[in-house]
Amino acid sequence: MTIPLLKLTGINKSFGPIDVLRDISLDVNRGEVLCLLGDNGAGKSTLIKILSGVHKATSGVMEMDGKPVSFDSPRDASDHGIATVHQFGGTFQLMSIGRSFFVGAEPTKRWGPLVIFDRKRANEIAVREMRQLGITRIDDGNRLVGGLSGGERQALAIARAVHFGASVLILDEPTAALGVKEAAHVLRIVLQARQKGIAVIFITHNVVHALTVGDHFAVPIRGSKAADFRKGEKSREEITDLMAGGEQMAELEAEIESYMTKHEGHPPRVGG
Amino acid sequence: MKSETAMQPSEAAIAPLASRSQWPSFGSLVRRPEMGSVIGLIAVFVFFSIFGGEDFLSVGGAASWLNVAAELGIIALPVGLLMIAGQLDLSVGSMVPASSMTVAIISGHFHAPIIVGVLASLGLGLVVGFVNGLLVIRTRVPSFVVTLATLFALAGLTLGLSIILTGSTSVALKSGPIAKLLLGDYIGGKFEVTLFWWIAIVAIVGYILNLSRYGNWILAVGGDSVSARNAGIPTDRLTIALYMGSGLCAAFVGLSQAILYNSAQVAAGQSFIFNSIIAVVVGGVLLTGGYGSVVGIVLGTVTFSVVNQGIFYTGFNANWASLIIGILLLLAVVMNNTFRNMALTYAARTKTRTRS
Ligand SMILES: Nc1ncnc2c1ncn2[C@@H]1O[C@H](COP(=O)(O)OP(=O)(O)OP(=O)(O)O)[C@@H](O)[C@H]1O
Ligand SMILES: [Mg+2]
Repeated sequence: MTIPLLKLTGINKSFGPIDVLRDISLDVNRGEVLCLLGDNGAGKSTLIKILSGVHKATSGVMEMDGKPVSFDSPRDASDHGIATVHQFGGTFQLMSIGRSFFVGAEPTKRWGPLVIFDRKRANEIAVREMRQLGITRIDDGNRLVGGLSGGERQALAIARAVHFGASVLILDEPTAALGVKEAAHVLRIVLQARQKGIAVIFITHNVVHALTVGDHFAVPIRGSKAADFRKGEKSREEITDLMAGGEQMAELEAEIESYMTKHEGHPPRVGG
Repeated sequence: MKSETAMQPSEAAIAPLASRSQWPSFGSLVRRPEMGSVIGLIAVFVFFSIFGGEDFLSVGGAASWLNVAAELGIIALPVGLLMIAGQLDLSVGSMVPASSMTVAIISGHFHAPIIVGVLASLGLGLVVGFVNGLLVIRTRVPSFVVTLATLFALAGLTLGLSIILTGSTSVALKSGPIAKLLLGDYIGGKFEVTLFWWIAIVAIVGYILNLSRYGNWILAVGGDSVSARNAGIPTDRLTIALYMGSGLCAAFVGLSQAILYNSAQVAAGQSFIFNSIIAVVVGGVLLTGGYGSVVGIVLGTVTFSVVNQGIFYTGFNANWASLIIGILLLLAVVMNNTFRNMALTYAARTKTRTRS
């Protein structure tokens, strides 16, 4: 085996008295999609915030290419090639596509004695990069981000990460708010990134989405890693059970079962 | 843009491009964030041209609102930048008299060279701005509260120190011809020199917001400060720098007033607190940050000043000016919201139209 691009060993994280992550170890490889599946509050976002320099782990070792690293800031993490599209936010509603794409890394040019933001180039690159991800409806980098659809906004954020040469791309629930078609598009973009040799960490609640793109899966439950397996090692049902914490799902099934026998085979009405 | 389209020759992509190039002016016009203030200014100007008559339109009439606009504008511009970055600065209302008193006490009461007083005033502005910025980022208390506190603290400090040092709340200042010419005089007997400083500051702030990369940072911080920090923007340093900018500009207005009027009063300048906010908001800046333009701030400033001074050229009681400004503020904000929403949806709507 080659050295994993990113290796976590025994990561712990507490916010004051609350232990959010306990002894998490993970390998992330180039050209692979690692899916983090887990219930609300399992600690997925916290884990990737450690990877992206937003939080610092309370203890544990993080290695890139076999060398230990520690990130002091999001800037630090992105300098190491880790690009993150966070669960909430990440795009600027009232900024143009071109401006938003280059926030913090603006292209500049000289204009007489002044150094100015090269808006034309920013717009061109942003539009081109989005088109390369198949978002062909966008042709004007001056359009405001707030006028884009959810999927287009995700694509903008991903295009930005790809453009700046990320070697690790972290996506926190990029398909959560999307319709079927837009979600499919984002999944396709994830596969495109994988093909470029980027290591993708993909967070989702949706087992179908995970199985579509994932090579490698990890399931954190209440801060501890409950399972770690590769594609094909577990069925969809098994994964769903795992995420819900096993027993609870079985309980729920039993409940539905008994309901159906009592009501002559009618399933309970949903939302009634 | 052309080569972009050639790369991916899809029908849907080309159609809106073609339609946009036929109507570039309309599309970009509607998308301007300051459309509301343009309409507001035209309305106000027409109104006072009718009721104010020739006097309002004369050189003297123009000078009267331009002078007000210059002083207000010098403060409104950095306050506007702060608002775009998601912050308020109320302390300018105390910074102006604090700076007036500083220069008057140092160079008037203690007879130090005027340059010493001027530099001390500007330095005080930078220090107050720094303190504001530091308090805002460290305490995470909303800037409204922080700068309300510094507004009062600075007012108290100015009053207390003036009494201790001079025994008075108003101090005379005699400055030499050069200081007068540069900082506080009337050109042609009518136009304050601050007009030229205002123009210079418009250019500087315009460069910062529209042309430099820092403009992008300011928009991003105001739009979503967490995301901006995650994108690697030094948000704390940016916030402090912006507060120092507004402190500096408020100090400038204060010292130029002292030099112009040959005296300084402890209680002058409170009107700048709300007037600067009105000018900025009428100019299309979003109160919650993330959106705004320098052109808009200038238009908002001029609109305010025209109402403020134009009223004296009509036969109406000057008290009506506040009523007009109140109505204007509401109308301008409603219009600005409408135009902002149009900017968000404009492109999408053209597309549907071209497709069907
Ligand atoms: N800054 C913080 N301070 C204190 N507790 C926190 C903080 N951030 C997260 N937590 C807690 O840590 C736990 C894990 O949160 P996290 O956001 O990582 O969950 P998640 O797996 O991403 O959930 P979701 O699927 O809902 O996004 C939660 O119980 C949350 O309340
Ligand atoms: Mg989360």
